[in-house]
Amino acid sequence: MSDDPAVENGNNVPAPRGTAGPEVIRVRKGMFGAGGGGDTSGYGGLVRTVALPGASVRPYGSYFDEVADELEGALEEQGLVPGNAIEKTVVDRGELTFHIAREHLVQVASTLRDDPALRFELCTGVSGVHFPGDKGRELHAVYHLRSITHGRVVRLEVSAPNGDPHVPSLVAVYPTNDWHERETYDFFGLIFDGHPALTRIMMPDDWQGFPQRKDYPLGGIPVEYKGAQIPAPDQRRSYS
Amino acid sequence: MSTSNHASSNAASSRETTEGTVYTVTGGDWDEIVQSAARADDERIVVNMGPQHPSTHGVLRLILEIDGETVTEARCGIGYLHTGIEKNLEFRNWTQGTTFVTRMDYLTPFFNETAYCLGVEKLLGITDQIPDRATVLRVLLMELNRLSSHLVCIATGGMELGATTIMIYGFRDRELILDIFELITGLRMNHAFIRPGGLAQDLPPGAVDQLRDFVKTMKKNLPEYDKLATGNPIFKARMQDVGYLDLTGCMALGATGPILRSAGLPHDLRKSDPYCGYENYEFDVPTTESCDSYGRFLIRLEEMRQSLRIVEQCLERLEPGPVMVADKKIAWPAQLAMGPDGLGNSLDHIRTIMGTSMEALIHHFKLVTEGFRVPAGQAYAAVESPKGELGVHVVSDGGTRPYRVHFRDPSFTNLQAMAAMCEGGQVADVIVAVASIDPVMGGVDR
Repeated sequence: MSDDPAVENGNNVPAPRGTAGPEVIRVRKGMFGAGGGGDTSGYGGLVRTVALPGASVRPYGSYFDEVADELEGALEEQGLVPGNAIEKTVVDRGELTFHIAREHLVQVASTLRDDPALRFELCTGVSGVHFPGDKGRELHAVYHLRSITHGRVVRLEVSAPNGDPHVPSLVAVYPTNDWHERETYDFFGLIFDGHPALTRIMMPDDWQGFPQRKDYPLGGIPVEYKGAQIPAPDQRRSYS
Repeated sequence: MSTSNHASSNAASSRETTEGTVYTVTGGDWDEIVQSAARADDERIVVNMGPQHPSTHGVLRLILEIDGETVTEARCGIGYLHTGIEKNLEFRNWTQGTTFVTRMDYLTPFFNETAYCLGVEKLLGITDQIPDRATVLRVLLMELNRLSSHLVCIATGGMELGATTIMIYGFRDRELILDIFELITGLRMNHAFIRPGGLAQDLPPGAVDQLRDFVKTMKKNLPEYDKLATGNPIFKARMQDVGYLDLTGCMALGATGPILRSAGLPHDLRKSDPYCGYENYEFDVPTTESCDSYGRFLIRLEEMRQSLRIVEQCLERLEPGPVMVADKKIAWPAQLAMGPDGLGNSLDHIRTIMGTSMEALIHHFKLVTEGFRVPAGQAYAAVESPKGELGVHVVSDGGTRPYRVHFRDPSFTNLQAMAAMCEGGQVADVIVAVASIDPVMGGVDR
């Protein structure tokens, strides 16, 4: 038996890549965010998994198939197996997302920028997201690339585990990411390897911790309004 | 140094550090500084401009290394106005989010609100269900806001050059727009008027008449800027070839908005990636080839004329109808009305929910305290703000609160170009270059 799925399924069609199901980021229990109290409603027993949309299968629709084809073709030309670089492709709410293995991020980005059929000239920076429940991929860096030539937008997403928060820097490809990467480092502690001067940008230089991580408290004090105590925002009841 | 314990109150104090002598300038003591710097025989001088200098647009700190009058290196220090808005959003429900984002770039509140709401609506999948009237009013408010933002840019930019007349003109006309905002939303700034699903409420009586009067007045006032500044030789001498950034530089540094268009590329999201039905409006995207501050000034002037055109078209398109999405699971249940203690829930609504319908009361209570749930996923929405591409990355985990909201504020990105624009130029030109970027620190620092 061969390990190659293309041979296994009898014809020469490559198996659909990224059969990975929805990405579970959290398991939610109960209904009103309160724990420990006596639950007489029965809602406390609710268990729901929260999952982000999983990989899509072709056809993706819109211009997405063309972009995906061009990108995969261009990567193959460079001697890179697309399946190694692109972990999965997600089409959700009319937007195309490539989940990229972090070691290939720079190559994918420069291909997207330089290939005449792709030409994503403008990077609109990086946004960090912290998913403490996404084990082994807690920290995500999300890039939105815009092609002025073709009028398209794609999203690149890379992830890094909490224990090794390193992502290669895109400053060499998109110099505009200089401040954006500093901001994401400042707030999420993602270390962008190869950045020319990765220092804090918003918080003071000697600040401890990374404020936008989910385990970092918001802080605040209770306020009194018309005789009633309103707790600090992060102490209020959460329905999520 | 001889100046350290000078008796005069105007004296510049100085102290020795490992990096050289540090002088603190308090005004009126420049001669002394120059003399002691000359005595020190150190040609490399680092000047800190700001963070509280009036011509740095708020709390922006410029760190300039100068050689005589020439800037050899320029860097920005930002973060003095960081208020953690993005973090705060994660602890409020989706509707309350507009109250925060409107305060980011406080000169373009409607753009922040619209971008955020477009993102949330994309996540909810209700982009097509937004009523026409709400969309037209969003466009109307955004274009008025573009006018007011450009007016502030031109006014403060002129003031920094010493042209106080243009400052008075700019703020005079902005006042007319703020009056309209106050009439429509109740507030001059920080409106939180555009909400996920539509608008907080409909136009008040008399608003359309006042808008028509405003268009008439503005058509009369706009040519005054031309007469006053466009051909003025001193104005041109200060602005032309200053703050130069060509197309390559713009693309590399991600500069958008008037900076990119001054390099000759007619990139405007309203044309290239339309939202809110901009494809149905007639307007032009002005460009210049000059790549300099003067070109950006001309572009802003022309964009104000185009915005006025769009405002007129909006007034023609306004049809009676709802301003909030029909889906009662998302639409804010309460109608607002003016009471003796200000704007609040209308008494009619309170009478209905308290007196006639238990279910309506429960519905109101659930939606106001808990909010609606947004399906898990992420979305990116971008609008063309007066400063460039304002992008919002919204992530939901299926809860009643945003999981993560990130604003790609154009001021933040454009400000990176400051070094490229200023290095090699004169100190006085730094002010002109920064003014032509039009950074608003509320947006840069968030």
